[in-house]
Amino acid sequence: MTANGEAPRTVSKSAADDQQSTATSVDDGSLGSSRVADPVIESRDLDVYYGDDQALDGIDMTIPERQVTALIGPSGCGKSTFLRSINRMNDLIDIARVDGELSFHGKNVYDEDVDPVALRRKIGMVFQKPNPFPKSIFDNVAYGLRVQDQDENVEQQVRTALERAALLEEVEDQLDSSGLDLSGGQQQRLCIARAIAPDPEVILMDEPASALDPVATSKIEDLVEELAEEYTVVIVTHNMQQAARISDKTAVFLTGGHLVEFDDTDKIFENPESDRVEDYITGKFG
Amino acid sequence: MSSEPIDLSRSGNDVGTIGDRVARYVFFACAFVTVATTVAIIAVLVEGAIDFFSAVSIVEYLTGTNWSPRAADDPSFGVLPLVWGTLMITVGAALIAVPVGTLTAIYLSEYASPRVRSVVKPVLEILAGIPTIVYGFFAISFITPILQGLGGRVPLLPEPGTFNAAAAAIVVGIMIIPMVSSISEDAMSSVPDSLRNAAYGLGATKFEVSTQVVLPASLSGIVAAYILAVSRAIGETMAVALAAGALPQLTRNPFEEIQTMTAYMVEIGTGDASVGSIGYQSLFAIGLTLFVMTFLMNIFSMWVRSRYREEYQ
Repeated sequence: MTANGEAPRTVSKSAADDQQSTATSVDDGSLGSSRVADPVIESRDLDVYYGDDQALDGIDMTIPERQVTALIGPSGCGKSTFLRSINRMNDLIDIARVDGELSFHGKNVYDEDVDPVALRRKIGMVFQKPNPFPKSIFDNVAYGLRVQDQDENVEQQVRTALERAALLEEVEDQLDSSGLDLSGGQQQRLCIARAIAPDPEVILMDEPASALDPVATSKIEDLVEELAEEYTVVIVTHNMQQAARISDKTAVFLTGGHLVEFDDTDKIFENPESDRVEDYITGKFG
Repeated sequence: MSSEPIDLSRSGNDVGTIGDRVARYVFFACAFVTVATTVAIIAVLVEGAIDFFSAVSIVEYLTGTNWSPRAADDPSFGVLPLVWGTLMITVGAALIAVPVGTLTAIYLSEYASPRVRSVVKPVLEILAGIPTIVYGFFAISFITPILQGLGGRVPLLPEPGTFNAAAAAIVVGIMIIPMVSSISEDAMSSVPDSLRNAAYGLGATKFEVSTQVVLPASLSGIVAAYILAVSRAIGETMAVALAAGALPQLTRNPFEEIQTMTAYMVEIGTGDASVGSIGYQSLFAIGLTLFVMTFLMNIFSMWVRSRYREEYQ
């Protein structure tokens, strides 16, 4: 991260996001010229309906690789719907319908030949409330490995995932006890370990800290920033300070399922284009 | 700043208080009737059984292999053939109801669309509401003939008699499917969606979610459903009395005629046993035996429920 100090000079155009994209520029360090990270997820004119209600209206967004992209906005603005449309979790809702395109590495995930099960193996998810299985800590983390047939060296992979989720030290001696016996913050880190164990490319997080106390929240935030060194992270949050602290890019959704502004996080919080975004950010509504 | 003290004393109107008190007594009376009836039934059973066991030793009753209460010269009261008959029906019924009921529950809870569910669930409830005597009639007029038709043709399958344990076990199994499926389905439906989402989010298929996440998480409710259904099979009477016959014997062949404890009670209870005779008293001993069996099953079911219940947020 610190080695990045002189990198920005080689790039003239996008100076604005330099401080934010440290992780990316380290990874792409060999190519000094390429400052804009590769897009992993692109949505083009994406609409989502629940029955007759339109939850998302013409969303265009390009989510860069190995950065944290935050989705913010008031309740009911469609940010969680957008998140769930990335790994097709909306398929599980009978009345949900999707129009438009959402591509993962250039492939539209809503094409006929895409298996949502295979897609979700590439795109992990962490939910709002910690939801460990009523199984042991070990089996929780191993679950994804087992369903994805990555069952070589499960023990090592489980430990690595717990380590990355900053939980290993706390649970090392109790891997066989139930995941439900952990505290809320530990449970959420267990869920993060479970999501990263099968080594997905993208991690979706739906308000992962909203049910946690401030200490547990700050641990999760630290973790999110670390995860972005290896994974593309898309995080929904209600908490604007959180978005400002941990994200590189921020998308602001406002009522009616519109994406009003999507830019570098600094830009959004310091000098947004839209007056409505400014009003929202400064707390005039929402 | 001083304010008027708030008046919290009882108002002059006592109607509310009296109504409250009356309601309390009415509710108590209803609860009391239920408990008192249970106690009275147990008392009657125990009293009759004591009379019986003053004539027949309890060891002979529990270990004897010959049940012939009406043999004029030397009646014999070994209950094992009747218990054996009941077990054959119960095990046979469970072999049918447990797999079919569980798979039905998984289908209804995890796979069926709301429309299919809204049709299938009421149909299952109708199945549960059919009088058991109708099931018995269905067994002798439909299932037994089928078994007899297969008897000659399928190797190793002996020719079943008009009355046989297999036909009775099959209908009792069908009879308790709704019990297994509806209680199991309730248990599965109460597994929070957050667990399903967690598994789907990891790339689990629907089958994996159903069998590896939902089924284990609802296991306590499912096992309780099995136990209740088995209790029901143990106590089932009319279908068995009609289809399985009235010949108490220790046989391994399910295509032979047998008699269950309940069927014996029907036979004697509706027949010519005079009050006070040993045959009449044997009804109470068998009734008590049945009661103890189902009671133990229910206790076991409650234990399983509390032992394996997982608390979710």
